[in-house]
Amino acid sequence: MKAAASVAAFFLAGVGLWSLNEGYMSDFVFEMVNISKEFPGVKALDDVSFRVKRGEIHALVGENGAGKSTLMKVLSGVHPYGTYTGQILVNGEEVQFKNIRDSEHKGIVVIYQELALVRLLNVAENLFLGNEIAKNGIINWEDVFVQTQKYLDEVGLKISPETKLINLGVGQQQLIEIAKALSKDAKILVLDEPTAALNEADSENLLNILRELKKRGVTCIYISHKLEEVLEIADSVTVLRDGHSIHSQSVHDDGGMTEEKMINLMVGRKLTSRYPRKEHKAGDVVMEVKNWTVYHPDLIEKKVIDNVSFQIKKGEILGVAGLMGAGRTELFLSLFGRSWGREISGEILIEGKPVQIHSPREAIQAGFTYLSEDRKEKGLVLGMDILANTTLSSLERISDYGVMEGFDKQVAKAGIINYLKEVRITNHYVKQLQIKTPSIEQKVKNLSGGNQQKVVIGKWLMTDPKILVLDEPTRGIDVGAKFEIYNLMNELVDNGVAIVLISSELPEVLGMSDRVIVIHQGRLTGDLPWQEATQERCMYFATGGK
Amino acid sequence: METRKRSVSQILITGFKSNINQYAMFIALIAVWLIFQILSGGEFITPRNLSNLLGQNVYIAILAVGMVLIMVAGHIDLSVGWLGGTAGALAALAWTSWHWNIWAAIALALSLGIVTGLWQGFWVAYRGLPAFIVTLGSFLMFHGFILLSVKNGQTVPVQHGAIYQFGSGFLPQLFMKGVVGKDVPFHDLSMLLGIAAIVLYWVYELRNRANRVKFGFEVLPWFLQLGKIILVSALIAGIFAIQTFYVGISYAFLFLILLTLLFVFITTKTVFGRHVYAIGGNKEAAKLSGINIRARTMWVFVIMGTLASIAGLVFTGRMASASPAAGNLWELDTIAAVVVGGTSTLGGEGTIIGAIIGALFMGSLNNGMLLLGLDIQYQYIIKGLILTLAVWFDIASKKRR
Repeated sequence: MKAAASVAAFFLAGVGLWSLNEGYMSDFVFEMVNISKEFPGVKALDDVSFRVKRGEIHALVGENGAGKSTLMKVLSGVHPYGTYTGQILVNGEEVQFKNIRDSEHKGIVVIYQELALVRLLNVAENLFLGNEIAKNGIINWEDVFVQTQKYLDEVGLKISPETKLINLGVGQQQLIEIAKALSKDAKILVLDEPTAALNEADSENLLNILRELKKRGVTCIYISHKLEEVLEIADSVTVLRDGHSIHSQSVHDDGGMTEEKMINLMVGRKLTSRYPRKEHKAGDVVMEVKNWTVYHPDLIEKKVIDNVSFQIKKGEILGVAGLMGAGRTELFLSLFGRSWGREISGEILIEGKPVQIHSPREAIQAGFTYLSEDRKEKGLVLGMDILANTTLSSLERISDYGVMEGFDKQVAKAGIINYLKEVRITNHYVKQLQIKTPSIEQKVKNLSGGNQQKVVIGKWLMTDPKILVLDEPTRGIDVGAKFEIYNLMNELVDNGVAIVLISSELPEVLGMSDRVIVIHQGRLTGDLPWQEATQERCMYFATGGK
Repeated sequence: METRKRSVSQILITGFKSNINQYAMFIALIAVWLIFQILSGGEFITPRNLSNLLGQNVYIAILAVGMVLIMVAGHIDLSVGWLGGTAGALAALAWTSWHWNIWAAIALALSLGIVTGLWQGFWVAYRGLPAFIVTLGSFLMFHGFILLSVKNGQTVPVQHGAIYQFGSGFLPQLFMKGVVGKDVPFHDLSMLLGIAAIVLYWVYELRNRANRVKFGFEVLPWFLQLGKIILVSALIAGIFAIQTFYVGISYAFLFLILLTLLFVFITTKTVFGRHVYAIGGNKEAAKLSGINIRARTMWVFVIMGTLASIAGLVFTGRMASASPAAGNLWELDTIAAVVVGGTSTLGGEGTIIGAIIGALFMGSLNNGMLLLGLDIQYQYIIKGLILTLAVWFDIASKKRR
């Protein structure tokens, strides 16, 4: 018994020593080996390997949905051990993170694009949120302030620890996030699009801070869509595409890394003819937008849309390409009755006439409709049936009697719904759009994603639109329903409706559109006919090329 | 779209599942009546007691109708109690002390409700304040106003005239003269109204069925349809019989019936009603569908204010006087009735009929416990428990589906 125990102890000690030795030997601060991760119906990561050397700044680039965020979530334990396959080694030692706390113990800290700070608390409170310096539940404020000051110095922020976050600019808030990471003793810092919301001076400052941290031995994973910036700061680059790791190299090896090379690697897939492209004949300009500028509703100085002008022609599909956060949705939501943003300026002309659109109602009346990217939150009333959802925007067309003045200058009909008309018209759209349901009295929450989307499309078609904006119309929809929606788009365009297609899937935009505009950081950077719109060119414009 | 044939048991099961809240409410109501009937030794289910029960709760039922709209739109109104009390007191004062024409006094009370609705609607809809806070403010203000208008615990008597008749009066006999139960066996006008109500219900139900067949919607097989018609007819007959064999139908009760029909119509057949449900169901989607949320919300508060004034008038008439205690806890009784009646506290769901039954349920609890001589402290405790359980049941049954 005793002998067996001592043998086991000896063996364990040996293994321990061996792995310690391995850790010491490893050049890589961490390695992710053959990582695969599946979500229902999607393979988000397929056999991805990702190795990062100690003390380097390693850029991770790829298109929307390439798998960057998922990979980082696997690394940080957001997707815990067991929900993915493959191996993670930190300092050569295998780790199995069950949650974020586990990964933070190993010094891995992720700073997300959406800052996780409490705006009404001060800097010191934010820095130690969830990590309070306390004894028996009582916070030692003196210690907190001394420590905070130390970390603020490290990131070069000259502000009082008592400043409330709400009084800081985005750039300063970003630095607070980094200070927070340092307070957790971060050895590996992951930054997801850290400069997306920053102006040039703030970005430059942030990059300098990162270089400082590098000198102190902090390893940095840098996720960015701004390829110019990547080349400026990164030592190595790894490119992901469609859940695969495509390429990884040092920026100086193999004849160096260039923007073109990265773009080619990012989009290098073959285009298949999954899209029922149909030649349309573009007619007159139906809508024109001039010098459209929109500010962020919360961040005072942030211009989200910057002087954008473009035209939509009758009988064409206008594709809108751009990377996540470029401002595509914000542009069209702000056009749709000023439903997003602040201090909106610019001009809208519909069929050559300038129009004032201050509410969704006015937009609908002008023939301009917008299908939201989030059909459950912003498109449907889930507890209502197909009938009520289909007719929701055009009840006045199917109601009899009285017009009642609203409390503002808008005229609101308070008529009585003509049930017969309502049923007939709903049946018409159910048939035209091939919505699969036992009855139009079915609540929409019981429908599949594709059928739900068709109900929203039906709602907008019933308003008889001139322009129909489809924001991510095929997101979360099965292949069959996707194809039906593509065919429907062609059919509508043939009937003279102008369609705007916003999509994060570049192949979809290229496969369906007659013309493509590209948006980068709120500015229109490209406007191409489909014959010239290749993946490479779009990506070039989408990453800031001019 | 083809109509699918389903077996009777399937229809019953799915019908029961999808309407479990409404059925549960009916079952609970009947169960409570039976329990009180047994515990009170047969005193609960009598024409006299049930007539009183209906009369006692008309003002809460009127408030509940408005509160359904408020809560479906996703708001709350705490001011209805003291607003109603103040409106009743104001009308009583204007008529007795200031010697106004009685109709002018009534108009004054109604205007108070409308103006309060505009005031609250403005803050909630156009300034984005939470309804809870805005109406809490009005709650406090009207508590002050009623104490100002009816001083030192005195009351303002209203023992005849239109307000008294509205709250306490009964419809006249049409042909037969004399006291019901002594000189004549029943109240003839009430009986005729009851028969008319049943016939109208038949016409409605059969037309509805014909329409559904025309649209190709699913309809109940004939024998279930007949069963439903017989059941509902019996219910209507019961409600009218209770009063027909006591003293007849009161003006207040007749008003409540008409009000209920009007708001069932508004909530199910009008653009306004559809919009209110859409706003409560998904505010963001409603906004992006072009619905004028502000104007709709404003109207909902104006309707609630007006109904609160009417409830106050009914109560003043029933008590034959205005007192500074009129309005105490009405808002909570109303909210309890509406929630027990199946209206979601999160907005978007709820029916007028449900709220009326909810009011009847809570009223039955009050009446029954009083009849049993239960002390007021136990009454509160039991009502509190039942309210909590009702909301839990509502949420649990939604999760199951």
